[in-house]
Amino acid sequence: MTRYIRTAKNGVWAVLLLIAGLALPAATFAQDLATHADGLTGNAAEGKLLYRRFCVGCHGIEGNGEGDNAQWIDPKPRDFTEATFRWRSTPTGTLPTDQDLYDTITRGVVDTFMPSWEPLPPQWRVDVLAYIKTFSPKWKTEKPGTPITIPPEPPTTIESVLRGRELFNNMQCWKCHGPEGRGDGPSAPTLTDDKGNPIKPYDFHDGTRFRCGTTNEDLYKIFMTGLDGTPMPSFADILKPNDAWDLVHFLRTLQPLVKSKSRDLWVEYAKTHASEIKPIGAGQ
Amino acid sequence: MASISFETRTIKVLSGAGVLLFLLAIFFVSPKPARGIPAFARKYGLPCSACHITWPELNNFGQVFRDNGYQMMNERDSPITRDASYFPITVRITPQWHMERANEQLVDSVPGDGTSAPLNQSVTTSGFDLSGMDLWFAGTLFKNVTFSVLPSSDENASFHFENAFVRFDNLAGSRWLNVKVGKFELDEPVSEKRLWTLSGNGGFYYIYHFLPYGDANPFGGMGDNQLGVEIAGHSVNSYTRYAFSVLSSDDGQPGFIYGGTSNPTGRTYDYYGHFEQGWNTSGLGGGFLKVGGYVYYGFAPTYYQTSGGASLYGIGNEPFYRAGAEIKYYANKWVFKGVYMHAYDNAYLANGIPSNSGPLPAGAQAVVWNGGFAEGQYIVSPQWVILFRYEGIRMAQQANTAINSNQSNMDAFTIASRWNPFMFSRAGLAIQQEYSVVRSNGVTSLGGVLTPSACPATSNSCNVLSQSLFFGFDFDF
Repeated sequence: MTRYIRTAKNGVWAVLLLIAGLALPAATFAQDLATHADGLTGNAAEGKLLYRRFCVGCHGIEGNGEGDNAQWIDPKPRDFTEATFRWRSTPTGTLPTDQDLYDTITRGVVDTFMPSWEPLPPQWRVDVLAYIKTFSPKWKTEKPGTPITIPPEPPTTIESVLRGRELFNNMQCWKCHGPEGRGDGPSAPTLTDDKGNPIKPYDFHDGTRFRCGTTNEDLYKIFMTGLDGTPMPSFADILKPNDAWDLVHFLRTLQPLVKSKSRDLWVEYAKTHASEIKPIGAGQ
Repeated sequence: MASISFETRTIKVLSGAGVLLFLLAIFFVSPKPARGIPAFARKYGLPCSACHITWPELNNFGQVFRDNGYQMMNERDSPITRDASYFPITVRITPQWHMERANEQLVDSVPGDGTSAPLNQSVTTSGFDLSGMDLWFAGTLFKNVTFSVLPSSDENASFHFENAFVRFDNLAGSRWLNVKVGKFELDEPVSEKRLWTLSGNGGFYYIYHFLPYGDANPFGGMGDNQLGVEIAGHSVNSYTRYAFSVLSSDDGQPGFIYGGTSNPTGRTYDYYGHFEQGWNTSGLGGGFLKVGGYVYYGFAPTYYQTSGGASLYGIGNEPFYRAGAEIKYYANKWVFKGVYMHAYDNAYLANGIPSNSGPLPAGAQAVVWNGGFAEGQYIVSPQWVILFRYEGIRMAQQANTAINSNQSNMDAFTIASRWNPFMFSRAGLAIQQEYSVVRSNGVTSLGGVLTPSACPATSNSCNVLSQSLFFGFDFDF
């Protein structure tokens, strides 16, 4: 009797070993890097399975942006091995904060193949983020930059809008974004990202959401941090905070699909001062 | 010594079996593996696993996508944003081998002689087979205007419209207001159309279709797609959802004919409502929990207005309802689902008696039962999922007091493995193994419908055991 019990026990162990053996390839050994966002701590090992469920088709198993589907995607998926990220709160050339990346995963990137992953529980998003950070050694050798300070937005006035318009003209933003903000400036066809892929300037006229968010603060951040890996530089060394806010107020006038005080002020002004308004880019 | 050899031999045999299983797996896997829509994967460039636990079962990301009207809400949803060659079509079919076995079946003692004395016997059949085929067109007609047309056939290519609807999404700019018109799956607590178990006894949820032995209600069940209009809404992550439908009382059959019959209807409407709420959790892998409730309240005719003897439309419409609650938990690697149902059929419906025929016969009464299922899934990898499900139904009140109290009680167990050898955004192939067994009292369970067995209705202990073993290659493109 004892013999049969022992035999049965050994049989059970053998089956358990078999199951464990089959499950082994699914086990994950990703190295954790401290990752914190939204009050949660990421776990790269948990994130690996999630990454392979949700992200691998575009970003690839190696995180190099060369997933099966990447060849059909425009713009191309982010290459995590380079650790160059566009939508940051940190100065140009620095790593983003975990919260920056978490916000991008949550928000998605409008008008691209990157959807909003808000349907996933927050912990899953932080876990994926922790795993993404294992693709580049930069995360081990560098610290994220210090987020820039965004001063309070001054009141929106027609004067602010007009100063912003002047900056848009003088800084030659229109050369890429076009005089009406349609993303059709004379330089637009020549633009490429740092991998040589053609890239389109943002079309303010038809766009309602920015890829970095929807608020004026999000727009402000773009001037001051730049979009690393794209031709959009940081103007932190050129623009003073009030200038940047003026530019924000003007750019809102280029968005007929988005209701804003800037747009209302500008429409009223244009009705009464049409003869004084010089076309953007004229004579340059 | 003999004992050691015996044990060693046992382990060797088990190890050998393991190696054989492994080699078989490699053999089958080297070339990848229910209702998913690769047309969407192709449109948005996402692998099946982005929207599905394993296709066709939706995860929450897929649920949000569906709730948004098959839109990512990324300004690339309208067909005008896609190459003109993009065509939203999906085909799905499942070549398979399966075995079906049921005991307590009535057979003729002399094969071919219908007049010979009947015998109780087990019946076993097996062989290679095909599933039905889906040919599904679905997508957006315009931003925030969604369509779906699903001609679906049985295994002999006899087609019907499984669904066909148009949906107007985000009305008044609000995700809380979406309107769907046509034939569609109800917003069920757990979708049966997206169930990935496929065997003869495990390929459906019994509670969605169950009718006790003798119940004459023609309603095919909540699991059937229905004709009507649905108003639905959801929060940004679909943790909070609601749906309310007004449906023709025809079980989804077009032409004012009650589904599954040739009888006319067309005089009443059914109503269905479902609400669910979810919460993030901090433990158990940081997943999320959803709870909800649902009610289906319907009518079915018990006799007909005639002209020259021919039925014109159903009258004597009597009520029935199905109501219950669900709980679902989604962790990183685990999914748990539980659904409870309480069901009631009016006495005239349950006994098949026209409601204008006067008082009910002695013993006739409404039929009432309770049921539910609990299902667990383990996500071994994005490509491999294992499932276990238990489902039980218990009669609370029979249609007639002469029927034994446990007649039609049933228990069903299903275990299944589904493996996708490859996973990308173009097509899907799943290699599936499944075993299901159903024990029912006094009746045989086939497709959620109970049919008479050799067991007498007065028996208290006649359990019919129906088993299915299934190996299939489920693919869609």
